[in-house]
Amino acid sequence: MSLATENLNVGERLRDVSIQCRRGMITAICGPNGAGKSTLLSCLADLQETTSGRVMLGERPMRFKSPRERAQWLGYLPQAPDVAWDVAVEVLVSLGRLPWSDAPAGENAKAIEDAISAMDLEELRHRPVSRLSGGERARALMARVLATQPGWLLADEPLASLDLGHAAALMRRFRQQAQQGRGVVLVLHDLATAMNHADCVVVLDKGEVVADGPPETALTRDIVSRVWKCRAQWLGDPGERALSIASPSPASERGMRILD
Amino acid sequence: MTQLRLNLLLLLGLALVVPLSLLAGRVWINPLAPETHNASLILMHLRLPRAVLAVTLGAGLGLTGAAMQAYLRNPLADPGLFGIAPGAALGAVLSFWTGYAASPWLLPVFALLGASGAMLLLALIAGRGGGVALFTLAGLMVSSLAGALMSLAISLSPSPFAMTEIVTWMMGALADRSWREVWIAVPCTLAGAAAIYAARRSLDALTLGEAAARSLGVDPLTLQLQIIAGVGLIIGSGVAVAGIIGFVGLMVPHLVRPLTDRRPSSLLVPSAIAGALLLLVADCLCRILPLASGELRLGIALSLLGTPFFLVLLLRMRKGLSW
Repeated sequence: MSLATENLNVGERLRDVSIQCRRGMITAICGPNGAGKSTLLSCLADLQETTSGRVMLGERPMRFKSPRERAQWLGYLPQAPDVAWDVAVEVLVSLGRLPWSDAPAGENAKAIEDAISAMDLEELRHRPVSRLSGGERARALMARVLATQPGWLLADEPLASLDLGHAAALMRRFRQQAQQGRGVVLVLHDLATAMNHADCVVVLDKGEVVADGPPETALTRDIVSRVWKCRAQWLGDPGERALSIASPSPASERGMRILD
Repeated sequence: MTQLRLNLLLLLGLALVVPLSLLAGRVWINPLAPETHNASLILMHLRLPRAVLAVTLGAGLGLTGAAMQAYLRNPLADPGLFGIAPGAALGAVLSFWTGYAASPWLLPVFALLGASGAMLLLALIAGRGGGVALFTLAGLMVSSLAGALMSLAISLSPSPFAMTEIVTWMMGALADRSWREVWIAVPCTLAGAAAIYAARRSLDALTLGEAAARSLGVDPLTLQLQIIAGVGLIIGSGVAVAGIIGFVGLMVPHLVRPLTDRRPSSLLVPSAIAGALLLLVADCLCRILPLASGELRLGIALSLLGTPFFLVLLLRMRKGLSW
């Protein structure tokens, strides 16, 4: 089963985007600011009005009987979401079970417990959201998505405010989810994370797909230099890659001069 | 405190206050020695409908306040803000114009028509995208339009007598209400409460913002229609029978929120009961306050109480205390 787009257009933000994400794999969407990453992710989450083109789930265009059925299939974590009311972590995570509100209570309770322990939140479960640090809050919000146990996990910069240890733990958790047969699609800013942990990388620039494939071929030195406008070099072995960034390329120097 | 215990406690309070409210007033009735002249008449035709109305309207205001705050994700939202109350008031003012004396049903029916007009306009403007921002703007627009039309109607009022009557009526009150008003308010409030109750899970999901709520299966359009219908029926019928009563919808959810787990759906029932309690007590106080000329208007009393509360709220918010 795959989640794919066919010649997708969203105004000027996405142009003719055709990508395919597979279940059991981690797909990373990368690109500079304003490239259309979040727009593409919300298209995959069926939350975005499109100008033309289709989003396919499996062999057929994506269509659900109800918003609730969609919610059971597609779990979506927006970028830097805010929480309106000062609920406790446990209550926040339980919101993830709203699409399953008619499931047996025991099943819901277990899903909430699993999500809480997966995100290492046992000790924070009664703490109100206002007294969490940025990273703790990000973990609680991620646990909310995990609690839904959807077929697809779509997360917009899930690592943005996590410390090193929790970021690594979350990536392991995503891998585990993929191994359980879920599809995982992440918008990632950190190219090294995408290089080391993703099975497939989609590089977007100005709304168009620049590269799409395994990280080794999608995030080559050339593409990184061209899209992010900086001279970069991969160090280390596969799986432990680090990106070394040299002095700015002539292209961005020109940009600087114009600004001056 | 658990949800159930809080609700039971509030219900217990209500069960204590309702009988007391029946005894209190200009004429005090002693239940042990009921020799007061016309006691049963006063109870059945004055006190009881008034108590039922206070409970109904208070519950409606508390419930819609909690729902509006949840829907707009804003602790300062008030059910009166969104054009429905001004719409109903406009209808009522127009009924004064056409001759209030014609039929006692004329005013409430006109007010309900005004509220429906405001609801329809809200749904037409905001209902296309279902977004909260557009809804807020549409509400403010409907509100100021109805306000302006109301001022126009008052300024063109045919006689100064009608003008006084309009102005007094607008300061909400529950004095001299009868069973007729009860039959208007109760069914509308129940229907509105059903619409809001149906939206409770969607309101919970909105805690996480609009995008996340949609991803959790909330249909924004359905939710918006539920809110418009719920708030419209409750506030529209409330204004139709008692004029404009402010601040209960703003205050009550705030008083109740710290006692719950702060989930919007946990707030609905206790806000309704606490609203009923507050309005009933306030109405009794208005009734027994020794004032030279008649009694203190309920709407005025609550606004006097509400303004300092609002100020404290704003100050607390600036200090960054949580909700």
